[in-house]
Amino acid sequence: MRLPKPRGVLSEWLVARLAEPGLTSVAPAPDSWDDESIALWTLHELSFRGFEDADDRAEWDPGLLAVRHDLEEALEDRLRSRWSEAGGGAAPGAADVPGALEALVAEDDGPSLADHVRRHADRDQVLELLRQRSVYHLKESDPSAFVVPRLPVRAKAALMALQFDEYGDGDPNRLHSHLFARGLEAVGLRAEYGAYVDDAVTENLEMNNAGSLLGLHRRLRGAAMGHLAAFEMTSSLPSRKMVQGLDRLGLTGPMSHYYDEHVEADAVHEHLAARDICGTLAEDEPDQAADLLFGAFTCLDAEARFATAMLGAWGVGG
Amino acid sequence: MSAGDFDHPDVVLVPHGPMLLRGAESVQDTDGTVHRVERPVVALCRCEKSSRMPWCDGTHKVIPRGAPRT
Ligand code: FES
Ligand SMILES: [Fe+2]
Ligand SMILES: [Fe+2]
Repeated sequence: MRLPKPRGVLSEWLVARLAEPGLTSVAPAPDSWDDESIALWTLHELSFRGFEDADDRAEWDPGLLAVRHDLEEALEDRLRSRWSEAGGGAAPGAADVPGALEALVAEDDGPSLADHVRRHADRDQVLELLRQRSVYHLKESDPSAFVVPRLPVRAKAALMALQFDEYGDGDPNRLHSHLFARGLEAVGLRAEYGAYVDDAVTENLEMNNAGSLLGLHRRLRGAAMGHLAAFEMTSSLPSRKMVQGLDRLGLTGPMSHYYDEHVEADAVHEHLAARDICGTLAEDEPDQAADLLFGAFTCLDAEARFATAMLGAWGVGG
Repeated sequence: MSAGDFDHPDVVLVPHGPMLLRGAESVQDTDGTVHRVERPVVALCRCEKSSRMPWCDGTHKVIPRGAPRT
């Protein structure tokens, strides 16, 4: 993919610096939440697939790492203060972690985009949602893959079982991000990696940045796995609603198949994630228990903020 | 941590949820139809309310718990 469009002074500086590594000017402070979010998204992307018009060495450029550090710190502070405002912070006992995750998911009362798609969304809204979702689904599961070497034995084995399924059980045709790409093509959208990053709303960028932040830092492994669990635990039923909505609009075929696959796959993954990954991680590393819940909350909260933004833009809900 | 063996059962019953089955190659449903298994672990519906038997589709989560089973 190519570098995204700047959204403010910092991202303008960053894109220029990535395109021309010789630049030595100092990074300006971001001038908006949007600017900050696209800048961090771009810096994280250097650790995923990178940009054809940026130098690959930029990933470990000390000047850029310093900028990334400041943006990540600001994001993590924001996420943690949302969690403490929501009453979070206490660490459950290791044995209670799967139950605590389940309770957190059950209490989640954020608006549901899948409900809207199932019953009311028109075709344009669904296509808009798919463009937004493509920012994550075209790199689906990649942030969690960074966590594998950082886990103790049981959690590592369980994460690999889950990831193996996400990556198609060895069959490239069944790799989830590839299923989504085929779905995009079938509904007339662009399927190449990063195709719609320039269209991503800030809430969506922040949601993606949160997932990458947790995945990329060993210190945040517990939060990353809690985030994964909440994601998997809120997928089966909404995926089924997505299938119903896509079918209602005549968007059957590969995109519907992508969601259909997730009804079944995530009915398995949610248990692997909550019990075999998060439960055993909490037993083996009890100091991760609090962060497991912080990560789960962050996943649910970011999705709620994204859904609120989308529904608001469409003039529905709220 | 010791380097001993871990419990790793092939069948796990999830409380109020499905039965997880590891390493199966095929599953026969109640109609006698045999389904090929393509993932390392599958979730078999135990609440009998799934829309895609024999697999769990998460429907058990919206069924009130503790309803007497017949
Ligand atoms: S056990 Fe999950 S749908 Fe029946
Ligand atoms: Fe997936
Ligand atoms: Fe999944």
